[in-house]
Amino acid sequence: MAYKMSVSQIKSDSYNDRLEIVSSDILRNVRFNKGFIIWLGFLILALSACIFAYYIQLRNGLGVTGLRDVTSWGMYISNFVFFVATSLVGMLISSVLGLSGAQWVKPIARIAEIIAVAFAAVAGLVIISDMGRPDRLPYVFLFGRVQSPILWDVTVVTTYFFVSLLLWFLPVIPDLAIAKTRLKGRPGILIKVYELLSLKWIHHPKQYEILRQAMRVLLILIVPLAFAIHTVTSWLFAVTPRPGWDSSIFGPYFISGAFVSGTAAVIIAMYFFRVSYNLQKYLTEDHFEKIGRILVLVSIVYFYFNLNEFMVPGYKLKSLDAIHLRELFKGEYAPLFWGVQILGLIIPILLLLIKRFRKPFPMLIISIAVLAAAWFKRYLIVVPPQGHPFLPVQHVPVEWVVYKPTLIETAVTFASILLVLIIVTILSKLFPILPVWELAEEESASEIEKTDNK
Amino acid sequence: MRKKDKGKDSEDNKIDEILESSRRDFLKKVGIVGVASVAGAAAIYSGYRYEHAKTDGTSVKVLTEDNRLVLIPKDQMKDYKPDPKRLLLRGRDGIKGKKWVMIIDLSRCRNARKCVNACQGAHHLRPYEYHINTLQMQESINTPAYHMPKPCQHCDNPPCVSVCPVDATFKRQDGIVLIDNERCIGCRFCMAACPYSARMFHWQEPLATEADKGKEYDIELNVPQKKGTISKCLFSADRLREGALPYCVSACPNGVFYFGDENENAVTNGTTKETVNLKELLEKNGAFRLMAELGTKPRVYYLPPKNRIFDFEKGEEQEYKELT
Repeated sequence: MAYKMSVSQIKSDSYNDRLEIVSSDILRNVRFNKGFIIWLGFLILALSACIFAYYIQLRNGLGVTGLRDVTSWGMYISNFVFFVATSLVGMLISSVLGLSGAQWVKPIARIAEIIAVAFAAVAGLVIISDMGRPDRLPYVFLFGRVQSPILWDVTVVTTYFFVSLLLWFLPVIPDLAIAKTRLKGRPGILIKVYELLSLKWIHHPKQYEILRQAMRVLLILIVPLAFAIHTVTSWLFAVTPRPGWDSSIFGPYFISGAFVSGTAAVIIAMYFFRVSYNLQKYLTEDHFEKIGRILVLVSIVYFYFNLNEFMVPGYKLKSLDAIHLRELFKGEYAPLFWGVQILGLIIPILLLLIKRFRKPFPMLIISIAVLAAAWFKRYLIVVPPQGHPFLPVQHVPVEWVVYKPTLIETAVTFASILLVLIIVTILSKLFPILPVWELAEEESASEIEKTDNK
Repeated sequence: MRKKDKGKDSEDNKIDEILESSRRDFLKKVGIVGVASVAGAAAIYSGYRYEHAKTDGTSVKVLTEDNRLVLIPKDQMKDYKPDPKRLLLRGRDGIKGKKWVMIIDLSRCRNARKCVNACQGAHHLRPYEYHINTLQMQESINTPAYHMPKPCQHCDNPPCVSVCPVDATFKRQDGIVLIDNERCIGCRFCMAACPYSARMFHWQEPLATEADKGKEYDIELNVPQKKGTISKCLFSADRLREGALPYCVSACPNGVFYFGDENENAVTNGTTKETVNLKELLEKNGAFRLMAELGTKPRVYYLPPKNRIFDFEKGEEQEYKELT
């Protein structure tokens, strides 16, 4: 992002006027109102119920899930892939669009980073819920073997989380400094937190200069990192010889899919923040129009990779690939497969190509469909290839042959989604959701341009 | 395998040869058998005892940990309690100089499932938890059906070992792929990577948790089995350590299994105890390995189901129910 700012602009009256307006608009929402407390209370209550389900799993073992020797990776791993995928959007919006100079992403960048932070953080927990011996997690660091893709995954997901956290936090610092004097009537603890986290920011031009440089470095750094997290995640499957996983395009296939689910998540978040925080002035219809075009672009790219992933093996029908593909195209998983491809990919592309549908509400509906389909798509990538191993499955109980997720497993998966919502709620409600100083600066800059033109 | 068919002379020669081998080496071996804690002091101590005992006369034959037979003065024998840490290291290292190999003769398998039962008994598994399973196979409708015992293939290029994040599953120098249940974190990446479905996971408390309580964990037997970790065929590493054939191999009533050391080029049939030339056996019978095209280089060879002297019987359909 280019922060066009000079000392004269900071001191300019129009900047200060704008700052007052923007900060009051955005900081108005930073408070513990009833709705927020009820919503957060509901989330925490639901989360504790789901955590009880995890306690049962800890006590009785992974046997409480539908997982067995035949299908030993199920909902948890699908969910993990989905979370890593969705977190990738931080890179797309802030880096790819931001660095290319697209000014319109400014109010969206922070939302995208919140999504990235929440999903990346919880992805780490999701993977722990799949472990047979979570108590031995430290072994990964004590006895880690660099040959294992799991170690690569742990390394890059952790790094991506911290870099995303910095990308969220750094531009928040000036806002916290702006806000701490303007948060009258809020609980003292919130003001103290702001005081602490604003790191004695005094709005010195030199500070903005350092901030700008730091952001630039991080935004460049996060591009290879983001590619790494999802490529490595795809390799968890692609390094095995199983038909359905044994694919050389899994890396780019996963990355392109990640942009689709992440963009959909950002659109959903944008819609709710716009409505519940009254930000129509800042998250305009034009923003939706533009991010709608982004969604249709990344969806078309993803469609192209789907075509490659299913058409090419489908043409050859090598014996084991054929079993797998038949299962998807017209077998047990066919309703899910076609539902995901048609409702979650093809119809959204067709609708979003029409300008009329690139409006906030239609896009909310489309994005929900896309995001749900993205989750089930991960399930279809992870589960069906395990159902038909190279050698026949014989002399085992029937429960072992076909994987069916249990209630406990579903509850633990819900826990992760609730946790994401809690993180997003806290970060969006208790901190400025839009970049106050950047918006004030942008508006004042455009006003200066206007007056100059006169 | 200790070869029982070799003459006594050669055994004696071997002993003499070993006795003449370097003195330092010998002292080390004695130290291992006879001594407790501090290695240096122990070696000197046993050396001292050895000097004195030489005049005594009575000796006993002892098998060292690398499977060599040595003569030891009787008064140097002491009760030896294995140190768990050393057992673990020994289990990770494998038996020096060996390359274990298994040959499964499909033309002889009549699906008696004695191998399965013996294995499950030794490793404390439920009836549907397998280190070795017998599968009913048929390549096409025009080719005959046959039964195929399927243990872990102990690949020389094991996909499971490559993907393990914590070195819980590993390849030993004697060719065996083992699991350390005290290291395994239960991520099941190895199960996803194994094309032979050779691995099982303890989804619940293992069958003999109560009975095995307090037992020292044996990495070469995977007993006690541990909840939330992987288990699989070990080529009966504990039996090989004692110079015996694996559980499944000796349990087979139909002579399906041969087992031996590739370096010695000799394998022994578990039923007939007949020892044959490995290369000849493989060449003459058109041996193959399962899914060799995947490049996993299995250590288990199969002889095709040809010239069978019995008809294929499907066997009773047994229904398996999950037990807790």
